[in-house]
Amino acid sequence: MENGKQLILCSAPHLRGRTSISRDMYLVVLALLFPAAGAVYFFGLYALLMLAVGVSTAVLTEYVAKRMRRKAFFMDGSAIVTGLLIVLILPPRTPLWIVVVGSIFSIAIAKEAFGGLGFNIFNPAIAGRAFVSVSFAGSLARWIAPTSSWMADAATTATPLSESFTTALSKPELYKALFLGNVAGSVGETSALLILIGGAILLAFGIIKWHVPFTYIATVFVLSWIMGQDPIFHILAGGLMLGAFFMITDYVTSPLTTRGRMIFAVGAGILVVLIRVLGNMPEGVAYSILMMNAFTPLIDRYVRPRPFGLVKSKGKG
Amino acid sequence: MKVDLLEILGFRRAEGVHPPGRKFAADQAIERAPLPEGVILPISQHIGAPAKPVVKSGDQVLVGQVVAESSGGCSAPIHATISGEVKAPTTVVSPATGSLVEAIVIEGDGEDAWIELEAASLDALSSEEALARIAGAGIVGLGGAAFPTHVKLNRPPESPVHTLLVNGAECEPYITSDDRLMIEDPDRIAAGIQVLMKLLSVEKTIIGIEHNKPKAIESMRAAIARADLPGDVRVVGVSAKYPMGAEKTLIKALLGVEVPEGGFPTDIGIVVQNVATLAAVADAVLDGRPLVERVVTVTGLVERPKNLISRFGAPASMLIDVCGGMPEGADVVVFGGPMMGIAQASCDAPLLKSTNCVLAKEASLRTERGCIRCGRCIQRCPMGLMPLMYVNLTKKEMIADLADYHVLNCVECGACTYDCPAGIPIVSYIKVGKAKLRQLGGN
Repeated sequence: MENGKQLILCSAPHLRGRTSISRDMYLVVLALLFPAAGAVYFFGLYALLMLAVGVSTAVLTEYVAKRMRRKAFFMDGSAIVTGLLIVLILPPRTPLWIVVVGSIFSIAIAKEAFGGLGFNIFNPAIAGRAFVSVSFAGSLARWIAPTSSWMADAATTATPLSESFTTALSKPELYKALFLGNVAGSVGETSALLILIGGAILLAFGIIKWHVPFTYIATVFVLSWIMGQDPIFHILAGGLMLGAFFMITDYVTSPLTTRGRMIFAVGAGILVVLIRVLGNMPEGVAYSILMMNAFTPLIDRYVRPRPFGLVKSKGKG
Repeated sequence: MKVDLLEILGFRRAEGVHPPGRKFAADQAIERAPLPEGVILPISQHIGAPAKPVVKSGDQVLVGQVVAESSGGCSAPIHATISGEVKAPTTVVSPATGSLVEAIVIEGDGEDAWIELEAASLDALSSEEALARIAGAGIVGLGGAAFPTHVKLNRPPESPVHTLLVNGAECEPYITSDDRLMIEDPDRIAAGIQVLMKLLSVEKTIIGIEHNKPKAIESMRAAIARADLPGDVRVVGVSAKYPMGAEKTLIKALLGVEVPEGGFPTDIGIVVQNVATLAAVADAVLDGRPLVERVVTVTGLVERPKNLISRFGAPASMLIDVCGGMPEGADVVVFGGPMMGIAQASCDAPLLKSTNCVLAKEASLRTERGCIRCGRCIQRCPMGLMPLMYVNLTKKEMIADLADYHVLNCVECGACTYDCPAGIPIVSYIKVGKAKLRQLGGN
């Protein structure tokens, strides 16, 4: 062997797994394509237009924000996830300019102003949704029934969670409609089935663990039942399923440990039922998650894994 | 393969990782490497005090002759690994630590002339005599850490040992030296077990081997039956995941107990020895043979991966050449496995007692991105730590806080870094943080 061959010095481990941020993010995008496809099926081509506008605005905003902050821009897929999510939780006939404003707020204010991916305290998509809700409440109060007419305007109706909601359907028929998504609601939240398919993809690839959505859904089920509500209706209606699989599972804005994430899920579950049943808003998924986001640092401070071989200090008891 | 249903369903934390095995040399029988023309023997090969050179330039030495003696305490002597003439001492980059270290140079005469070896029968030796033979033979842990074996075995009577654990879990990818040794030379390992059971007066020995090494398990079981050892000696299969070969992980897997934080296995009456170390113990105690060679896997980007018996101090380049050389693309040479091994500055780095593998690789450099708080490092950590906190705290120079997060408990196995989606070299941050914490005296 020739002497003096140049070698590279690098530190262990010299072998890395296949994980990457882009892989995680594009798997979430893949999973979100199911509720997104449902959105187009139930609410027409206008939903597709909203998705396209939301995603492109999010990516462009991230690019501009990175340039302004003199940071490198990576197409890691996280802006696509945020862009998809904010559209999926908006009403189906939201004016496009509101989609643009919400998407810009999500990325520029909720994410980049806090330091970018990994540093944001609040879930960007929900923060953007909350911002447009309080800013343009009037434009966001219009809900339509699912329609097969692709572009045409559809009849206004009430969402299952609103007080004015009435239905001629029997209970099993209503559950079936809620499960399949044939009800009024936000663009991508209506079909529990499609969200579950997306969630199964996340579980299969190890992006999320079942503990978190399970704890959240179970908390809502038990608490709404205790409060004399219909528990099956509450877990199928509104944005609960979308929140369970795609929002409270957000790495950045939820605690680090699985135990911490389960505590987070219980808290969010309690809040969503309290808002729905006792509050004056029909839906509480978004606000309950934002509130719990604020508790994340506190949970992380107290919920830590048990170090191997931990010796309990003697003399205290 | 044993499947842990509780772990798959998520009821138990899935500690550790499953890197690809890449055990290319698994079916290659152990071969003897040619005698090196010259050797370089760094006088510091392990944690603890360096050995004191006792030869000078111009001396003629025989194989097995002491060239640097133990400096007492936590130290082991170093022996000539070839016969020939001692040259002027040199300074080399330590293949184990990367710092500069003094080294003894021997130019070979090609004779391979040995000192006279004094064989002994185990029955005729007292524990003290057996221990002295191990110390005199310069035996250190051959699994990678190279801790002087006689120090580990020297137990004060007030802390008796109840179990000897034999570490046959070769969990690093690529490495096959222990696997081949268990398959080809199990009787020598069994003889080593017999020596240590007598020396430590223990009744119970458990040999832990991963389920993915069925040949080694079978071979060791047969050897134990042949040896007809007194007491309870069992071969137990353990799950094949990284880092199963880490001492504390193996103890937990086999005995279900945890070594107290900051403590040693001996604190709870357990001594762990690697299989290659046991073979060396048998050589030293029964044959009087000092430690001058070992089995080393030479693998990765080499023409023909092999398991070679090589003398210490031989240049890595010689071993790589025996295996057909490295292709153009190989630009990293690692001593040890890919998870914890040390990248070498030169192809001529000398083989140490601890070098179980010479791995030629292509550099795999990853861009470091910001942490996305996915928590995988926490889930993977075999020590129940929060690795990402060490990155944040070290970056922010909040060194004293590292201790609150039990940083000194970290074994630097690299499981966290292996699975980090942001490509953060977490272990590197931990090493820096630990060093700074020790400077602060925050131990």
